[in-house]
Order: sequence, then C-alpha cells, then structure tokens
Amino acid sequence: MTAKQLSVFIENRKGRLSEVLEVLKSNGVNILSMSLADTTEYGLLRLIVNKPELGKEKLTENGFSSLLSDVIILKIQHEVGSLQELLKAIEEADVNVEYMYGLSIDGEEAYVVLKSSNVEKTGEVLEAKGVETLLPEDVVKL
Amino acid sequence: MIWSKIETLSRQEIEKIQLERLQETVNRVYEKVAPYRKKMDEMGVKPQDIKTLKDLAKLPFVTKQDMRDNYPFGLFAVPKDKLVRIHASSGTTGKPTVVGYTQGDLDTWTECVSRIACMGGATPKDVSQICFGYGMFTGALGLHYGLENIGSAIVPSSTGNSEKQIMYMQDFETTLLVATPSYALRLAEVARGMGVDPIKDLKVKIALVGSELLTEAMREEMHKYWGKDVLVTSNYGMSELMGPGVSGECEYLDGMHINEDFFIPEIIDPVTGEVLPAGEKGELVITCIKKEGLPLIRYRTKDITRLIYEPCKCGRTFVRMENLSGRSDDMLKIRGVNVFPSQIEEVILSFNELGPHYEIIVEREGYLDKLTIKVELNFTTDSFKELERITGEVKAKIKTVLGLDAKIKLESPNTLQRFEGKAKRVKDLRSK
Repeated sequence: MTAKQLSVFIENRKGRLSEVLEVLKSNGVNILSMSLADTTEYGLLRLIVNKPELGKEKLTENGFSSLLSDVIILKIQHEVGSLQELLKAIEEADVNVEYMYGLSIDGEEAYVVLKSSNVEKTGEVLEAKGVETLLPEDVVKL
Repeated sequence: MIWSKIETLSRQEIEKIQLERLQETVNRVYEKVAPYRKKMDEMGVKPQDIKTLKDLAKLPFVTKQDMRDNYPFGLFAVPKDKLVRIHASSGTTGKPTVVGYTQGDLDTWTECVSRIACMGGATPKDVSQICFGYGMFTGALGLHYGLENIGSAIVPSSTGNSEKQIMYMQDFETTLLVATPSYALRLAEVARGMGVDPIKDLKVKIALVGSELLTEAMREEMHKYWGKDVLVTSNYGMSELMGPGVSGECEYLDGMHINEDFFIPEIIDPVTGEVLPAGEKGELVITCIKKEGLPLIRYRTKDITRLIYEPCKCGRTFVRMENLSGRSDDMLKIRGVNVFPSQIEEVILSFNELGPHYEIIVEREGYLDKLTIKVELNFTTDSFKELERITGEVKAKIKTVLGLDAKIKLESPNTLQRFEGKAKRVKDLRSK
C-alpha cells in the first residue's frame, strides 16, 4: 500500500539544494517527483526516487539530515473532481492529510503523493474505493 | 591517590607557608622588577608592609596589559641566562604575552601538574595521549611533564590528523586523554565516522580536559560519547601563571583544588577591584608565591568563579574554585544583559535533538542588538511541526535563562565549524 519517500532538511542557503541533487546524481538516484516547502530559515525537500534507501544512505554520509517515511502514491483520473472525492472519503474516516504533491506521468492518469496522520487507515479508505496505489517495486518501474 | 602530603596540611600550616613565600616574593620583585617597584611606590606600599596574608590586598594588580607593556621580558625577576624555557600566549590581539621558566620553575610546574593528574585519576599504568597543540602554548608540555613524572607513558600526538589520533588510541590502547572538551567530542565524532565506537572499541577511562570551560552539560556529553564510567575532570591554569597545574578537580567533581603552596587565590569585584568575602562569586586574582622567572603578584585572570573553603571528601585541604562561570572578557552585553556563552551552551546541550556544536552571532539592527544561535540537528524528521517545536523550545529556554529573545537557526549535521584548540563560537558583528 505504501511507498518510501525520501526527505531532506535543507538550510535556506544558496547552493544547498544543488548539493543535495549532486549527491543523488553521482549515485544514480533518479527523482520521479519532488516537493520543496520552505520557511524563511529552512526547507524540507521531499522526494520520490527510484532508490530511496541508497539516496538516504548517501545523503547521510554527506552530512545531510535525511529520512525515509511511508507515503501513499495513489492513481487518480485526470478529471475534474476525482481528487476531491477521494479526499472527502479520507476526511470522513477522520484522518488528517498532512501534505500532498503531484507525480505526473504522460497519459490520462495522474498520481498523487499523500502523507496523512494515519497512513494505514488512509490505505483502507482508498482500498475500499478501489483506488490503485503504487508499491516500491512499481515506483522503480516508472 | 594524593600525590603530595602538602595537599592535606591544615589551614594554619598552609597559611604559614603562604605568608613566608609571599613575603619573600614581594621582597624579591620589589628589588628586581622595576615596573613592580614603580607601581608599589606609587601606591605607597613597601615590602615590609606585608605582615599578614590580608595585607596582600594592599598590593597593586597586574594585568595582561602590563605584560604587553613590558614585552617581552620586562616583568621577569631573573636575568635571561637563568631561563631554560620560554612560552608565549597565542596573542590574537597585539603582541603575545611571554612567559619564562628557570629550572626551578619547571620543577614546580611538573610538581603541580603531577598533583592535578593524580586528582584526575592518573596512575603510572596509564597511556596518556596528549591532544593539545604542542608549541608555544603551555597546555601540552605542562601536562606532558606532569604525567611523565608520575610514570605514565606519553603519546605526544598534539592536535590535528584526528583519524590518526584514533588509530593511536586503538593501537597503543590509550587510557588517558588530554584535550579541550570540544576537541575530545570532535575526536569521538571522528572515531564513529571511522566505524570505531569510543565506548566499546577504545580503552579511554580518564579524560583530563582543560584550556576551555567544562560545563556540567559538556561533561554529560563527554560521558555520552566516551562512556559513562570515564572520569572526566577539568583542570585550570594559564600561561601567565605557569600553564596548567594551578588547580584541578578530584574524583568528587566539586570544584578544582588550587595548589595553594604555590598560588594564593583572591576573588575581587571585577569593576571596583575590592576583595570580596569568602564564598562570593567574582573575578579570580592569583599571586604566584614560588616562581623565580616571572612571579606575578595579584594577576587578574578575568575568570569568574567562587572559592569553596569547606573540606573536600577526597581528604585534600586545598581550597577549591568552582568551575568557571565565564570570563569577564567573554561576557557579552546584549541589549544591556550580561550573557556568558556558557549559559547558552548549557541550554543547547540539554536538547538531545541538537548536536553539541553551536555558533553565537550578535549583530546590530538599527539600534537593537540581535542574537542568533546556530545549532545542528541531531535527529531526522519529515515534519515542519517537529522542527518548529525544537526551535520554539530552545528559544523559550534561552528566554528563561537569559531573558533575551534569540533567533534559533537549524543547520544540517556537521556543517558548523569544529575546533581543535579553544573553540571560537562567538561572532560579535556589532561595530564596537
């Protein structure tokens, strides 16, 4: 049901983001989707990559504070209202969505990366709705 | 083990030795050191006015500035050909301060450090790795001669090349480490980076740390990295007075015993220069009573501490000085509040989520001072809420301790500067 997300703490300083990307590049870690949120002082870079474990290991080696966490990558139709409908179901299950970002692939379907306060329960809700989600092995194939 | 019987003399016996030696020293400097004679004459005090230990307060102070004004040998009480060693302070501002030793002084120094090393648990069986910078700095050679004198095997590895330091520790089975507390922590970090766990893979059981303030929080940090049964003691000294060996902690870790047969301590109000009553906190002033080369009288150390006269459980009768609360020099005045960097350090070290390294930046924005504290994340998170919680808690605790608002800046692990000698963690960017 869940996939691994790689998050990295980054100070708001010129060049820090590219240092992270440099580490990933030199270790052949490919980024499939990303979200960069920031405050005035620091940011959190959240990534879906083809090799999350390797990415975390190499980033830690290079002195970055990075973490793997469980997220759900769900498939939705490229249609008005499809996301809203799912969110409503999650909300009704009393689960809080912490953040989301898109993972777009060519074609009629889109993927959304979702982190919630209760990943298991979210999974159940989505499963009940027949929503397709990506597993780590699916992510590698994207 | 107590190195010398003198360390257990009664107060009366100690004071008898002190008075004899003080009178002798004052006579000698009055006769031989022109700047002293001039100062004493200006104050209208003669050597024969020193009849009791209390009369010490009649004598003029000596400061670092006096040493600079008389650079290099103007305050020396012996001709240069009697010297067998010359050291100098780093002298970050202006000329360095120069100190010289006769053979007698080197013997005194060795005796003093031998006592301090024994207080800290050293024995002839120890392999002592000295990770202080060798050179003009007195720290390394001071500990070197003292530890060698008690029969411990010295590894004079100095500072730098930290990975090689760890290799020596492993291969020579080092049991005693001499370093600044910040370098000792750095070495633990390097060891871990090499896959060596200082607690399991190394044999260090004693740490004699000095040349930098050791706060209780820092001591705890030392235990966390080096093992909880490592005896971590701090010792005190400064090159002007001799080097390390002025005082040191015993196993009861309740203040540093001052070698009172060589040094007389006083506590003064740093502003008025008045001697404060026993037990009060103020600036430490030291008079050297057995030095030949450079017998400083009433030297203002700029260190803030308190003297403890109650007897110690270890059996030593020498007065103890509390671990330093800061230096009157290091004291920052931020928005009118007196701030010692050690206070900030205590707060930072109380958070497991943060690493032990930090940087303090003071700037001026318009007419207001701004305090920023950079700290390193010691944990990983994917949540802004967590990051905000940490910064919020640190900020609140700083506010409680200092009464000041500070901006807390989180940094990635291993990004702040590491120091091998004295850490320079304060950047005061206000134009003075």
